[in-house]
Amino acid sequence: MDSTRNTTLADLHSGEQATITSLGRGSGIQGRLTALGFTPGAKLTVMQNYGRGPLVVALRGARVALGRREAGAIQVLPLPI
Amino acid sequence: MSDCHTPSSNQASVVQAVAGVPTIALAGQPNMGKSTLFNLLTGLNQHVGNWPGKTIEKKEGFFKHNGREYHLVDLPGTYSLTANSPEEVIAREYILRQKPDLVLAVVSAANLERSLYLVSELAALPCRLVIALNMVDVAGQEGIEVDAGKLSTAVGVPVIPLVATHARGVDDLLQAIHMELQSPTQKERSMPDIRADHRQVRSDLEVLILPYLPPGYPPAWCALKLLEGDAEMQGLVRAAVPAGTSKQVDDILLKHDDAFLAIASGRYAWIESMLRTAVHGQRAGQISITDRLDRYATHPVSGLAILAGILGLVFWLTFTIGSPIQNALAKGVVVPLASMTGTLLAGAPFWLRGLVVDGLIGGVGSVLTFLPILMIFFGAFSLLEDVGYMARAAYVMDNFMHWMGLHGKSFLPLFLGFGCNVPAVLGTRTIESRQARLLTIILAPLVPCTARMAVLAFLTPAFFGPNAVIVSWGLILFSLVLLVVAGVILNRVLFKGERSAFVMELPLYHTPNLRTTGMLVWQRSLSFIKKAGTTILGISMIVWALSVLPNGNVETSYLASVGRALEPIGRWMGLDWRLTVALLTSFMAKENSIATLGVLFGGLTKAGLAQTISAAYSASTGLAFLTVSLLFIPCAATVAVIRQETGSWRWTFLNIGLMLALSVGIASGVYAIANAMGV
Repeated sequence: MDSTRNTTLADLHSGEQATITSLGRGSGIQGRLTALGFTPGAKLTVMQNYGRGPLVVALRGARVALGRREAGAIQVLPLPI
Repeated sequence: MSDCHTPSSNQASVVQAVAGVPTIALAGQPNMGKSTLFNLLTGLNQHVGNWPGKTIEKKEGFFKHNGREYHLVDLPGTYSLTANSPEEVIAREYILRQKPDLVLAVVSAANLERSLYLVSELAALPCRLVIALNMVDVAGQEGIEVDAGKLSTAVGVPVIPLVATHARGVDDLLQAIHMELQSPTQKERSMPDIRADHRQVRSDLEVLILPYLPPGYPPAWCALKLLEGDAEMQGLVRAAVPAGTSKQVDDILLKHDDAFLAIASGRYAWIESMLRTAVHGQRAGQISITDRLDRYATHPVSGLAILAGILGLVFWLTFTIGSPIQNALAKGVVVPLASMTGTLLAGAPFWLRGLVVDGLIGGVGSVLTFLPILMIFFGAFSLLEDVGYMARAAYVMDNFMHWMGLHGKSFLPLFLGFGCNVPAVLGTRTIESRQARLLTIILAPLVPCTARMAVLAFLTPAFFGPNAVIVSWGLILFSLVLLVVAGVILNRVLFKGERSAFVMELPLYHTPNLRTTGMLVWQRSLSFIKKAGTTILGISMIVWALSVLPNGNVETSYLASVGRALEPIGRWMGLDWRLTVALLTSFMAKENSIATLGVLFGGLTKAGLAQTISAAYSASTGLAFLTVSLLFIPCAATVAVIRQETGSWRWTFLNIGLMLALSVGIASGVYAIANAMGV
C-alpha cells in the first residue's frame, strides 16, 4: 500500500472516499468516535468539507458532523475515485 | 422485580417467569424513535423526573396490554454503554443493578449498521432482550429491506418490525414482550467478541478480576470495559481488587491501550455478519432526500440563511401569537382576578389581602402569563428537533461558537433564552462536555428574555420617543455582543481556552410526530407551572413581605430601606432609591420592576406611569436603568434552575456575581458617557 498517500480526514475534499487507518491518540474522544462508527478499516465518504469549519462524513449508513480539529487527528487512506 | 440470570454464551439457560408488574427498560441510540415509542405506549400515564443524583431526565410510565400492566423506564439515549458520558453510565448501571425484567432495544431499520452497535453491547449483558426494529417505512423508501425473522435468528432475540410514528406493529411488539417474559428458557444468543488478537488478553484479565467483582457484573463484560479504557469500570475494579492484582491489571491495560479498537472492530464485525444475513437491497447509490436537503441546510452560506429564516419565523410566531395571548391573560385574567380577590378580601387583614393579591396573584400570576410564549417556543423547537433540523443548526453555528470556546450544540439552548432563560438553562442538557455545559449555563442569562424585552418595550418609548426602536435594538444587540465577549474571556479564565470536541450525528430527516411534540410541550409547561407554584411563589411572598413590613407602607418598608442603603451604588448609574428598589424586585420576575415603580409612584396606571417616570428622570438615567435592567442578576426562577443544573452553589453565585458586576459596571459607564455626551 502506498503509505505516502496517507493523509488526515480534514484534508479530504467533498465527495472523496477513504478508509480509516487510525483514530489518532490522546484526543479523549475515541470512545465516542468508535460508537459512531469510526474504526480502522471503516470506509467513509466526505459529504462536505469547505476547507474551514466542521465537516460532514457519511459512514456505516449514517452522517456524522465533526470539528476540523477532531477530523485532523483521524488518519485515512484515500480510495481511488 | 424478578431475578435476571446470567445467560451463558453457549447454551440456553433457564430463567424464571416474571410475576407482578414487569419492569421494561427502553434502550436505544438517539434519533431511533425511542421517545415516540415511549409516548405511544404510556400516553399521559408517565412521569418525568431526574435520575437519582443526576440532572439527567428520567421518564417512566405504565401501560396495559391485554389486561396486563407493565412498568416502562426510558433509559437515556446513548450510542454505546462505555462510560463516555453520564447517560451511558446511567443506562448500564440501571440494567446491571436494578435488573429490569426485560430490555427493549429500539433500532432503526434505515440505519441498522450503526444502531446495532448498542445492541451488540446489550446482548452481552445478563437480561432478557427484545429488539424493536423501528422505521421500516423509512428504510423501505431508501430501498433497504430488513428481514426481521432472519435477524432474530441470527442475534437470538425476538425482533419485531415497527413504525412507531404510525403506531404500526405495536401489538406484535407487546405480544413478543409478553411471550419473552413468560418464556422459561432463554435462547442461545449470538454475542460479539473482541478481535482474535486480543482474546487471550481479555481472558487473562477476566481471570484476574473474577473473584472480586460485585454480584451482577459479568466478568467477561467487565474485562472488555477495562480494555475499552472505561474510566468508571477501572475505578470500580481498582477499588475492589487487592493492590497486587490492581498493579497486574494496570500493566495489562497499559500494554494494550489500543484494545478499544479491537473491541469496537469485533462489534462491527458481529454487526456486519448480522447485516449479511438479514439485510437486502442496499442503497443503490441514489441520493437520499436527506443528502439533497443537506446541500442547502448545512452549506456555510445558505445554511446560515435558512437558520436565520427559521429562527425569524419562530420569533414572528412567538410575538404575533404568543404576545397578544400573554397581554390578554395579563389584562383579562390576572388584573380582574386581583381586583376581584381584593374586593372579596376587603374585610380581611391587610397582610392577607396583600399576600394573596400582590404576592400570589401579582407575582406568580404574571409569571404564568408567559406560558403561551414558552409553549410556542417549546413547540417550535421540539418540532425542529423531531424533524432532524436541530443538528444542522448546531452544525452551521459551530464556527461562530468556536470564538467562545463552545461548539454548535450550545447555540440552540442560548437561542431558547430569548423566550425565557429557564428553558435555556435546561436545554444545555444536550451538551455532553461538562465544561461547555457550564459555560453555556453561565452565559445564558445574557440573552434578553421576553420579560426583559417587555420592560424595554415599556420604558424606551417614554424616554426616547421616536428613537425607541433604535435604542431597544441597540441594547439587545449590545447584550449579545457582551455575551460573545464574556464567553471568550470566561473560557480563557475558567477553562484555560480549552474547547470541547465536536462530534455529532446528523440524523435522517423525517416527518415529525405531533404526539411527541405535544408531549414535550405538555411536560415542559407542567414543570414550568410547578416551578411557578413553588420557587417563584416562595420568592414572590418574601419580596412582597419585605415591601410591606413593618408597617404596610412601601416607602418605609424593609425593601425601601434596602433600596436607600444601596442608593449610593444606584447613584453611580444615576438611579435614586425608587429605581434601585424597582431593580431589586426584578429579581422576582424581570417585568416586576414596572409593577414596583407603579407602586412607588403611587399606583398610577401603566400609561400614566411611563409619562411620570420619563418626566422624573433624565434620559441618561433612563438609559442606565434600561441597561442595568437588561443585564441584572437572573430572575429567581433562572437562579433556581442554574443551581439545579450545575448542582453547585459556587457556579450559581459565580453567575450572580458576574451578572451583578457586569450590569452595575456597564450601566455606570453608560450613565457617565451619556452625561458627558449631554444626553
